Amino acid sequence: MRRIYRKIEQIVGNVITVVAGEVSYGELATITTPEGSSLAQVIRLDGDRVSLQVLAGTKGISTNAEIRFLGHSMQTPFSKSLLGRIFTGSGEPRDKRPAITENLIDIGGPSVNPVKRVTPGNMIPTGIPMIDVFNTLVESQKLPIFSVAGEPYNSLLARIAMQAKVDIIILGGMGLKHDDYLFFRDVLEKNGALTRSILFIHTAADPTVECILVPDLCLAVAEQFALQGKRVLVLLTDMTNFADSIKEIANTMEQIPSNRGYPGDLYSQLACRYEKAAAFEGAGSITILAVTTMPGDDVTHPIPDNTGYITEGQFYLRNGRIEPFGSLSRLKQHVNNRTREDHRSIMDSMIQLYALYKESFEKQSMGFRISAWDKKLLRYGERFEHEMMDLNVNISLDQALDLGWYILADCFQPAETGITTKLIEKFWPDNTRMSIA
Amino acid sequence: MGCKCGSIESANCHCGRIVGINGNMLTVEFFDSVKQNEIAYAILDDIHLKAEVVRTRGRYADLQILEEPKGLKVGGHVDFTGELMAVELGPGLLTQIFDGLQNPLPGLAKQCGFFLKRGMYLDALSRDKEWEFTPAVKKGDTLSAGDTLGTVPEGIFVHRIMVPFSLKGRYSVERIATHGSYRVSEIIAELQDMKGFLIKVSMVQKWPVKIPLNCYHERLMPTDTLMTKIRMVDTFFPVARGGTFCIPGPFGAGKTVLQQMISKNAEVDIVVVAACGERAGEVAGTLREFPELIDPRTGKSLMERTVIICNTSSMPVAAREASIYTAVTLAEYYRQMGLHVLLLVDSTSRWAQALREVSGRLEEIPGDEAFPAYLESVIAAFYERAAIVKLRDGTVGSVTIGGTVSPAGGNFDEPVTQATLKVVGAFLGLSRERSNARRYPAIHPLESWSKYWSIIKSEDLKLAQKILKDGNDIAQMMKVVGEEGTSIDDFVMYLKSEYLDAVYMQQNAFHAVDGAVSAERQRYIFNKIVKTFGTKMAFHSKDEARTFFQILIQKTKDWNYMAMESDEFQKIEAELDKMIGEVAKNAQNIPEN
Repeated sequence: MRRIYRKIEQIVGNVITVVAGEVSYGELATITTPEGSSLAQVIRLDGDRVSLQVLAGTKGISTNAEIRFLGHSMQTPFSKSLLGRIFTGSGEPRDKRPAITENLIDIGGPSVNPVKRVTPGNMIPTGIPMIDVFNTLVESQKLPIFSVAGEPYNSLLARIAMQAKVDIIILGGMGLKHDDYLFFRDVLEKNGALTRSILFIHTAADPTVECILVPDLCLAVAEQFALQGKRVLVLLTDMTNFADSIKEIANTMEQIPSNRGYPGDLYSQLACRYEKAAAFEGAGSITILAVTTMPGDDVTHPIPDNTGYITEGQFYLRNGRIEPFGSLSRLKQHVNNRTREDHRSIMDSMIQLYALYKESFEKQSMGFRISAWDKKLLRYGERFEHEMMDLNVNISLDQALDLGWYILADCFQPAETGITTKLIEKFWPDNTRMSIA
Repeated sequence: MGCKCGSIESANCHCGRIVGINGNMLTVEFFDSVKQNEIAYAILDDIHLKAEVVRTRGRYADLQILEEPKGLKVGGHVDFTGELMAVELGPGLLTQIFDGLQNPLPGLAKQCGFFLKRGMYLDALSRDKEWEFTPAVKKGDTLSAGDTLGTVPEGIFVHRIMVPFSLKGRYSVERIATHGSYRVSEIIAELQDMKGFLIKVSMVQKWPVKIPLNCYHERLMPTDTLMTKIRMVDTFFPVARGGTFCIPGPFGAGKTVLQQMISKNAEVDIVVVAACGERAGEVAGTLREFPELIDPRTGKSLMERTVIICNTSSMPVAAREASIYTAVTLAEYYRQMGLHVLLLVDSTSRWAQALREVSGRLEEIPGDEAFPAYLESVIAAFYERAAIVKLRDGTVGSVTIGGTVSPAGGNFDEPVTQATLKVVGAFLGLSRERSNARRYPAIHPLESWSKYWSIIKSEDLKLAQKILKDGNDIAQMMKVVGEEGTSIDDFVMYLKSEYLDAVYMQQNAFHAVDGAVSAERQRYIFNKIVKTFGTKMAFHSKDEARTFFQILIQKTKDWNYMAMESDEFQKIEAELDKMIGEVAKNAQNIPEN
């Protein structure tokens, strides 16, 4: 059986077409040119015409380049020695250390049987009140961080990586600026967390197609660790680049676009990756936090929109803060009834009051007369923003809840908070002037 | 003479050969003949991958493959079955969890472990389990399709074993099994048609999912309210048994929580949940939670009345399209037993997207947002399968369908929402503003509508709706003219609408008492609120009015959390009455302004 071909029929974008037989769908091939070699993946079969997407891009590929079919689909090595290592989007070492070839596993494997999933029940404490109190992160959750270019989403991700209590961190960078890559590497190294981390980094300078493989590589490795009982946190940044790469390939393949040029299967493509987040019965778990920068700060753009329907909530990062409106952790109900009895009430009433504050603030800005009630709200809103929303606040959940009560007691009468009498009697602080460090 | 595929056994082995693969679309050259929508298997070594014929052109058929196509090759062998996609119907469906192709997921987990394995197809109904059959007919009786042959107990229900729905004409009973235990595949009856042809009947039968099951006497008008125990739904936007409703909403507005509330509390016999292209975690939650929850109507676990069809977002897309047909067929099957069935689909948009993906791969001319032109008729045909019907034996059964819609960008003008609104009887539109303000369930009180009957008297309902509307108008105006530009009467009206919103429309889904409110309690509380609104109120200042309503809201919320038969309930009610009484007395002293 001939597995090597030397005649490329067509090169369009990053997709090449060759005439070949006995090729299977999804198979890998290597393309060798005098300048070097690249991997390519079969994405369409039409009679004997085989279309492949070339991971390193088609620049400089000549029509007589050598194409060798490998007979298997994309794989990644998996072993403990991956820890502390940094790879590219095609799985090559980026840290100048030797390549790992042991124990190859397929990437993009089948999905988890829903009956083998466990209902998530463990909170992942992050020390950030806007997450711990208001939108608790839960093991096995998939959550995007919706943001816009210029916001400190990568620093937030790095802080969560440092503070979150998990066993292994896998960072997938897609279209990352080289500076950001160095930032992540240095932060993890400085805090001694690199030894429990694995990095798959595709930088903006690398070929676009490699970007598509980053989530699959990260999640395939994460899955193996999770099956061994580890609690794995996968951090992905930035999924918008991933989706754009998918769009690029789909358009090259002349697929009919559905919405703003994105292919109709964008939802399924994203879901395949995000759904890898799971808690396994009798084993570990995968939790995914993924940055999605919203083009033009528009949440109705197809990428954030489809993402929002897949993930279990979302964090909005705006003006350097996690916005309380819109941000949502869908799984928080599974855990916040077991933390402290006042958790839910503090969460609900503080947000409701903050919403009222926003109205009063608007009134004030428009020059309307401010009532006594408005004044209370304005005072509350400022304290809330300053003491709770600031991302630099690093306190435990208990401290954060206590702080919540102090702020409420400092600004309002008990009845004005809408909290049930039972909790007020138990938690309302006597000394309303107290403050905590 | 052999077949072109190389088989020498038969000249007509009904097969074909793959000539192209594009995503989940196979192009197959066939040698004999194919049927539109028939099922075929693409063969990859020892794995058989299910596929469905969606188009034929000349010698070529386009098949959507219901599994991951990785590894298939051009030249690969395809076997056509000659059968449409069908489900197995029989005792043992309840409490089960199936994928979109009716594979039992717990069975798959037992065989394959943590992950799904493509090409694994198991029997939907256990072949080993024995059922206690009681015959309902005797030799010589004349029957037709859908008539009861006998019954078996299935959990809390009497499961009717019926004459296969696919039989046409009349049949006489030649033999019927005696009372005893049988497996589903054992022959329990022999029927003879008018020409003397004998048909053997077991307890399991097949029915093609895309064809509605209409073995009933007549369709009735859906008039009875289906209690969901959600105040806002039952009172303001009710759903009828045998009717349809949709829940469109942007992500994060609480569609799924609302649907879970309905699935737990709805007053129906059986709930079929179709998780179509949504999160697997939510299904897992339901799977773990339902067996623990007790259905107050039966005293048994909720799982006993539930069937779950689960094709989550990372499972193959084409099977997602099949899953909602599988679900509705199971619902129709139980309707044939005179039961009331509620089918909840989450989400119909994912199903429509599956149609769009297939249509795109077929390179059909795209319509709005690239959805195919037949989207509307497909959605309409699906919702039309909901009905309340009178069966031939006089009993009444129903299928109620509720679907969530996930409109792109939360914009209700998109094609799936619009096509759905045309055919449903109730529209529970969720709003992002309300969910951002944590006002759950975030059903928009002014945009939603229902064509069915509320449990509340219509004049009271009109009053409440008027207060909501006026309150909203005043709130809008206040944004422009400020509080100082608003008269105190208007301001009180605004506070009244906020009060109604806070204590009646908002409901805590996770609270034991507040989470499910009976019709009796809804009427009681609603009457109390209407009475409050009828009380003449006057205040010296807006701040005084606001404080009064804040306390009133808190007390009424406390009241909502108390069981109706408890002492606290009466105690708080007395306090509320006192507050209202006082404000009414004060009103006589304050002149109208």
